[in-house]
Amino acid sequence: MCLAVPGKIIEVREGDGPVSRVGTVDFQGTRVEVGLSFTPQAGVGDWVLVHAGFALNVLDETEAAETWKYLQEAELVDEIPGELSP
Amino acid sequence: MSDPNDQIVLAHGGGGELTQRLIAERFLPRLGNPLLDPLGDSALLELPPGRLAFTTDSHVVQPIEFPGGDIGRLAVCGTVNDLAVMGAVPRALSLAVILEEGLPLSLLDRVIDSIAAAASEAGVNIVTGDTKVVEHQRGDGLIITTAGVGELRGGVRLDLGRVAPGDAVIVTGRIAEHGLAVMCAREGLGLQTQLRSDVAPVNGLIDRLYAAGVDLKFMRDPTRGGLAGVLADLCQATRMTVCVEERAIPMTGIARHTAELLGLDPLLVANEGKVVVVVPPEDADRALAACREHPLGKHAAVVGHVLEAQPPLVELVTRSGGRRLVQRPYGEELPRIC
Amino acid sequence: MIQPTRSPLAERICRLAERVGEARIMEVCGTHTVSLFRSGVKSLMPAGVRLISGPGCPVCVTSQGYIDAACEIAGRPDVTVCTYGDMVRVPGATGSLERRRAEGGRIVVVYSARDAVRHAREHPDRQVVFLAVGFETTAPASAAAVMEAHAQGLDNFTLLMGHKLVMPALNAILSAGDVPLDGFLLPGHVSVVIGMEPYRPIVERFGKPCVVAGFEAEQLLAAIAHLLEQIADGRPRLENAYGVAVRPEGNPAARACIAEVFEPADTVWRAMGTIPVSGLALRPPYRRFDALKRFGLAIGPDYDPPGCKCGEVIQGKAVPTDCGLFASRCTPATPIGPCMVSSEGTCAAWYKYGHTNA
Repeated sequence: MCLAVPGKIIEVREGDGPVSRVGTVDFQGTRVEVGLSFTPQAGVGDWVLVHAGFALNVLDETEAAETWKYLQEAELVDEIPGELSP
Repeated sequence: MSDPNDQIVLAHGGGGELTQRLIAERFLPRLGNPLLDPLGDSALLELPPGRLAFTTDSHVVQPIEFPGGDIGRLAVCGTVNDLAVMGAVPRALSLAVILEEGLPLSLLDRVIDSIAAAASEAGVNIVTGDTKVVEHQRGDGLIITTAGVGELRGGVRLDLGRVAPGDAVIVTGRIAEHGLAVMCAREGLGLQTQLRSDVAPVNGLIDRLYAAGVDLKFMRDPTRGGLAGVLADLCQATRMTVCVEERAIPMTGIARHTAELLGLDPLLVANEGKVVVVVPPEDADRALAACREHPLGKHAAVVGHVLEAQPPLVELVTRSGGRRLVQRPYGEELPRIC
Repeated sequence: MIQPTRSPLAERICRLAERVGEARIMEVCGTHTVSLFRSGVKSLMPAGVRLISGPGCPVCVTSQGYIDAACEIAGRPDVTVCTYGDMVRVPGATGSLERRRAEGGRIVVVYSARDAVRHAREHPDRQVVFLAVGFETTAPASAAAVMEAHAQGLDNFTLLMGHKLVMPALNAILSAGDVPLDGFLLPGHVSVVIGMEPYRPIVERFGKPCVVAGFEAEQLLAAIAHLLEQIADGRPRLENAYGVAVRPEGNPAARACIAEVFEPADTVWRAMGTIPVSGLALRPPYRRFDALKRFGLAIGPDYDPPGCKCGEVIQGKAVPTDCGLFASRCTPATPIGPCMVSSEGTCAAWYKYGHTNA
């Protein structure tokens, strides 16, 4: 029915329209511009649950890490493969 | 109008002055070697007696440049890897390039640089080639076809008939990175990723396995169709069950998270610098150690085993201790929301 | 041989199953269907516990008439259809969107409705039609896209409305009463938007246990254990086993956005016919964003491909193996019905993850 994935807000841009609040959400290294109009309270550093490009709510960071176990498998950026690429 | 100094025009394919300059100024300086330089109609190769491996691949990819690689690197590695997984040592490659009118020459230069770098990494030369130009919107920007010949090394005993219950299935590194990186780079999805394609020549890694004396029974590179596709092939060809453990499959958190985001199963996502290897159980540790000596094999792992169980299935033991079947993917995987 | 460690929750489910004997649980959401298979949770179910897929795959419940209208629009030379990847391969009367693309139609797979609005802005010479499908989780994104297009004064952006609402469909299934069910595993992400209260009638009017579930293996196991406890106690309740994401009141801002742009409307579900106020239509101030109006089209009648049982499958009346086409003529490579096309369709999930463990 609906996939939704937790990610962390790293940037918020307020606009002047009714749905123009957007932000960049980081999914452990993949970043997406996400609509934040349904989470007016969410700010930089908050974890949000994202579906189809919109944040649907704010999550507790500790709970999120316990629930989505793969969030604990984060590697440092410099460990990401690709060191052999030109 | 089109400026032949900064983009491809039809005249680049006309066989005249512009064609010659294209080759002399852009291809030869980057790819030149004694076999290619004479620009004869064929390259003349000196190869020792014995069996040759011979393969060809066409490459189209959008975008042409993606995080971790581009179509040029993909073309060289695709052909080198197809030779290497047959137990052959790549000796020479051909390169045929179809250029679309309007392609920026700066982009072409970067792609040729990348071809040169990948060929050098793989220790193989481009010995013959061709270029053609097609009209605007008739060529996807840039299409590359490569062919390659390799010398089959002595003592290669790759044979599905030798695969037996108990054999270990090894994956030489973290999966799903190529397909995910390319998909993230595609127009329309608005994603930026630190994931990079794993595209790389694996012949050096395979050399290590042979040098260590590992008894390799089966090798394949899990490109389109991903790990699932290769395991399904293995199961179908041997009529034996392949049981793999989800927890053991090497994957970065970022790849797993990105796959979740796009609604993709990482087992079905393409790799371009990995090998699936089947070895007898007593050789598994030696194979892992050999892989880990090579930069591309640092994260090699035994992901499962071949079993006698019938009917033959590819079975995955999940993180929750449950089981499910793994099927061959059936076509283009699309990002989904549900 | 790999010996998996069985989770304590799986053990608890087995003990509860001995107490209840037989339990028929409907997982309403298609993403649950896929997660149950993919995580192997389905294989951990004891014999008496049957998980029955419900009407929660947006692609599967979309009527043939809608698919045909989408394909018709995609065949027009000045139109770009923006869609979630899920819809691309669904067969209509004259082929799928994939087929239209092969014939030269412009089909763009997007991750978000926002991408469709951006596409319209960047291609003012094209009519951009967004296929607005999905349940309450996805509807806010469509509503926000309309508001964005409205604010930017875009006149080349429209929606082909296909949104569906969960509760009216569950009401229809429960009222018909022809599928015996002992409890509901309720959709986690729909509940993030609508909250808990809308489900109350399932417990109070129909007396069925209800648990809102998350999507990770442990969350699914926990929710199933809660349901079995309710069934064993004979005291149906409405429980939230996905508290990390679902608040009782849902997301009022998302619902307000839906209410600003859309109004409830009757809509046609595959095989279930027209269900009153089970869909969404554009409200008058936003009707210029209606693709049907823009192109002078109407959604044609619904029909089942001959021999296809998708209609029964989405209502829990049949399982894929009851269908004569399943895994013979109808496979993911040659799908006949939508449940085989959608990655979360019940038939695709059974096929892909092995109906032998079902």
